[in-house]
Amino acid sequence: MPTHIIDRRLNPGGKSLENRQRFLRRAKSLVQGAVKKTSQERDIKDVLEGGEVTIPLDGMHEPRFRREGGTRDMVLPGNKKFIEGDYLQRSGQGSAKDSGPGEGDSEDAFRFVLSRDEFVDLFLDDLELPDLAKRKIAQTESEGIQRAGYTTSGSPANISVSRTVQLALARRIALRRPRKSEIEELEAEIAACTDEDVRIELLEKLAKLKAKSKRIPFIDPLDIRYRRYEKVPRPVAQAVMFCLMDVSGSMSEHMKDLAKRFYMLLYVFLKRRYKHVEIVFIRHTDRAEEVDEQTFFYGPASGGTLVSSALQAMHEIVRERFNPSDWNIYAAQASDGDNSYSDGELTGMLLTDKILPVCQFFAYLEVGESGGSAFDLSDSSLWSLYDRLRNSGAPLSMRKVSERSEIFPVFHDLFQRRETTQEKAAP
Amino acid sequence: MTERLFEGADWDFHTLQRITDACEEVALKDLGLDVYPNQIEVITAEQMLDAYSSVGMPLFYKHWSFGKHFAFHEASYRKGLMGLAYEIVINSSPCISYLMEENTATMQTLVIAHAAFGHNHFFKNNYLFKQWTDADGILDYLDFAKNYVATCEERYGRVEVERTLDAAHALMSHGIDRYPGKKKLDLRAEEKRAGRRRQHEEEVFNDLWRTVPKGTAKSRSALSIERRRKLLGLPQENLLYFLEKSAPRLAPWQRELLRIVRHIAQYFYPQSQTKVMNEGTATYVHYRIMTQLHQQGRITDGNFLEFLGSHTNVVFQPEFDDPRFSGFNPYALGFAVMQDIERIVTRPEDEDCEWFPDIAGKNDVMGVLRDVWANYRDESFIAQFLSPKLMRHFRMFHLHDDPEERAGIRVDAIHDERGFRRVRRELARQHDVGYIDANIEVVDVDLSGDRRLILHHHVIKGSQLNETDAKRVLQHLADLWTYDVALIEVDANDKVLREYVVSPRPIPAAVA
Repeated sequence: MPTHIIDRRLNPGGKSLENRQRFLRRAKSLVQGAVKKTSQERDIKDVLEGGEVTIPLDGMHEPRFRREGGTRDMVLPGNKKFIEGDYLQRSGQGSAKDSGPGEGDSEDAFRFVLSRDEFVDLFLDDLELPDLAKRKIAQTESEGIQRAGYTTSGSPANISVSRTVQLALARRIALRRPRKSEIEELEAEIAACTDEDVRIELLEKLAKLKAKSKRIPFIDPLDIRYRRYEKVPRPVAQAVMFCLMDVSGSMSEHMKDLAKRFYMLLYVFLKRRYKHVEIVFIRHTDRAEEVDEQTFFYGPASGGTLVSSALQAMHEIVRERFNPSDWNIYAAQASDGDNSYSDGELTGMLLTDKILPVCQFFAYLEVGESGGSAFDLSDSSLWSLYDRLRNSGAPLSMRKVSERSEIFPVFHDLFQRRETTQEKAAP
Repeated sequence: MTERLFEGADWDFHTLQRITDACEEVALKDLGLDVYPNQIEVITAEQMLDAYSSVGMPLFYKHWSFGKHFAFHEASYRKGLMGLAYEIVINSSPCISYLMEENTATMQTLVIAHAAFGHNHFFKNNYLFKQWTDADGILDYLDFAKNYVATCEERYGRVEVERTLDAAHALMSHGIDRYPGKKKLDLRAEEKRAGRRRQHEEEVFNDLWRTVPKGTAKSRSALSIERRRKLLGLPQENLLYFLEKSAPRLAPWQRELLRIVRHIAQYFYPQSQTKVMNEGTATYVHYRIMTQLHQQGRITDGNFLEFLGSHTNVVFQPEFDDPRFSGFNPYALGFAVMQDIERIVTRPEDEDCEWFPDIAGKNDVMGVLRDVWANYRDESFIAQFLSPKLMRHFRMFHLHDDPEERAGIRVDAIHDERGFRRVRRELARQHDVGYIDANIEVVDVDLSGDRRLILHHHVIKGSQLNETDAKRVLQHLADLWTYDVALIEVDANDKVLREYVVSPRPIPAAVA
C-alpha cells in the first residue's frame, strides 16, 4: 500500500486568521474595553507592543445544555486507606469534591494575546483627526493595485484559467480540431463496418482526424492569458500636527510626564492613521524653539513661561513651510495653565488672529499635580482664556488631566470620531 | 543485523519513508491490522495550532468560535501552559496524519505507529465508525460545507449566517441520532442531494400558489394527540433534525446549515464514545511496533529509551489526591486494559479464567484484540474487560456523593471481592455518552394552537440543567422555531422540577 508523505510546512499558515478576525470583530466591544483598561496600567511605550488582554469569558460564551448538581457517583484511582462504608469530609484535603467533573466552570476570564497591530488598531479604532476636510491632492502616491484586463505574459500565479480555456476552445473550434467523441464514433463505425472499401475510406478519414488532433493541441501556449494588474496612484490628504509643550520651571516632573505621555500617544496615533502627517515639535519656556523628537521627549529645559512665544513660533513655521491652503493643520498644546500675566492678551490675539483661523482643530491639555483637587478650584489664566475662545465658537477642545490613568480617556475624548464637525474654522 | 532506520534525532523525508515502511511491515504482518491507505503530512507548530482550532479538520467553514479557540490555544501555548499534541489524525480515507516538524526521529516513529496504524485501524474497523461515518466522503463533504456556508454569507449576509450557525452550535450535542436503524451516512450523496434540493426549490417556486384558495381546512384539533405526535415523529431527541424538518419559518438555506452541523456532529459522535478504546488501541499498537523495531535492531537502545520516556508520560495516571489529577486518562486506562487482555489471553491466572472464560488462555492475542477493537465502545469495553487485577492495580474505588447526606461522601465500593463488579459497572457507566449528556427530547408541539414547542428533560439522579446556559440555548432554539419554547425538567416519576419558557427574539428582517 503506497503511503504518501507530504511536506506541508510551506503551505501558508494562518488558516485561522480569518476565524480570528471574525472572533475579534465579534468580541470587539469587549476587547476594546480590555485594551483600554490594559493600556491604562501600562507604560505608553509598551502599548505599541501589543500583548495579552483578558476579556470576560461570559461575553464570548457558547452555551450548551449542561447538567449540574444532584447526587454524583465517581470511580477514582489511588485508594490508599478507605474501605467500603467510610465517609469523606466534603471540604478540605482528601476530599474528591474538587477533583470531580465540571472543573471548566472555574474559568472566569478568557485570555489571549493580541498582536501589536491588533492592539493599536483596537485602541485607536474610534479616533480620528477632526475635520480632515481641506483635502488637498498635493501629493500622490502610487500604492493602489487594480485589475486591468488580461495579458499574454505574466507569472504563473496569475494565469486566468477560465480565460485560457475559453480561448483554447475558440481556437479548437476555429481550426476544426476533431472532438474525442467524433474519433470514437468513427472507430465504432470501423469496427462495425463489413464493406472493405468503405472501411478503407473510413480508416483514411480516421488517420486524418488523428493527425489533425495531434497538430492542433488541446491547449496551446498561444491561448494562455494572465490577469493583469495595474498600479494606480492614490491621492493622499496631507496634514501637519504641531505639538506645543510648556517645559517652564512651573511644570513639575509629574506634569511633564503627563504631557509627554499625551504626545507619545498622539505620535502613535498619527503615525498609525495617516501616512502623510508631518509632526512639528515645539517646546517653550519664555522662549520657544522647534526641536527634534528626541529632544522634545527627553531633553532637559527650564525657565519662565511665555505661551505666546510658542504660538508665535508655530505661526512662523506655518508661514514658512505649511501653506494653510495646502495643509490640514492641527495643534495640541500641553501646559500647566500658568502664563505670565502680561502675556495673556498677546496669546489671545495670536490665537484668534493667526493660529485658530488656519487650524482644523486645536487641542489643549492642562496638566495638574497628582491628586489635583486644588486644580479644580479656580481656572488658570490660560484655561479661562481658552474657555472664552471656545465659547465664541473656535475649533478648540480642552481637557484637564492630573493622573496618568486619565491620559487615555482624555485622549479618547479629544479625538473621538465626531458625527459632524461642530464649529468650522474660517477658511 | 538489520539496518538502522535512523541515527540520532534528525530525520528527513527518506527517513520518514523508511520509518513508515518498517511500521507498516510490523503492523500488517505481525499484528494483522487492516488500515485505510495512509497519507502523512509534515506541518509546523503554527499549522498545528490552526488545525486544533477547527476541531482537527483540514478544511472547515468559517466561524468566529474557531477563532476563539485558536486565540485561546495560542495564548496557553505561548505561555507554555500547554504542549501541542504530537499528532492529529483524521478519520478519512486516505487516513491523514499530521506530524510536527519539531519532533525527533524517534517521536516521528512513535507518532506514525500510533496514528497511521493504531488510530487508522480503529477507524476502519470499529463498528461505530463503520455505522456512523463515511471515511471516503468526509473531506468532500467538508469542502461542500465550507463553500455552502461561504455562498450563504454572500447571499444572505454574514450576520444572518452567523446567527443560524451559533444556534446550531448550541444545539450540536443534541443533533445526534443515538441509535442506528436509519441508513448509513453517505456524505457524497448527501452533498449532491443538497444541490438538487435547492435547484428543485428554485425551479418550482411559483408565487401564484399562494393565491390559490384552499378548501375548508380540516379541523386540526380533531387530530388526536397521538396522531399529531406521530406525524411529527415525536418524541424526537435529535433537536437539530426536528428543527430542520419541522421549524415552520426557516429558509431553505437555514435548514441546510442545520443539516451540515448535524452531519458533522454525527461524524464526531463515535469519537466521543470511544475515547478510551481509540487511544488505548493506538497506544497499544505503537508500543508493540516500537518494541518490535527495537528487537529487530532497527532503532537503537538510546532511541528506545527516548520512546519509553514519552510513552510513560502518555500513560501516566495520577491518583485522585494528586494535584495533576483530572479524571481517568483515556490513554492510561485503554492501554492498561489492552495489555491486561494480552496477559489474560496468554498467561491467565485462576481468577481470570473465572472472570473471562471466553478469552482466558486462548493464546491468539491479536485475534482477540482485533475482535475487541471492532465490536465495543468505551462503556461496553470497560464493562466487559476491566479485570479485578487492574482494579487492584489502579486501586479504584467508588464514591457516592449525595448532597442530602450530612456525614459526607460515602465510599460505596472498593477494589475487593464485594466491590469489583460494582466499581466496574460504575466506571463503565461514566463512559456512556448516552448517560453523560442530558436526556432532552421534543415531546409535543401545538400546531393548531400557539405553536409552542414542548421539550422534556428527564432528570437523572437529581442533576438538573445549569440555568444560565439552559436559558441561552433555549433562546437559540426559540429563535429558530420562531414561536415560544418550553422546557420542562421532570424526574423519573414525571414530577415537574422546573420549567423554562422562552420567546423568540424578533428577527431584524426576514430573509427568504
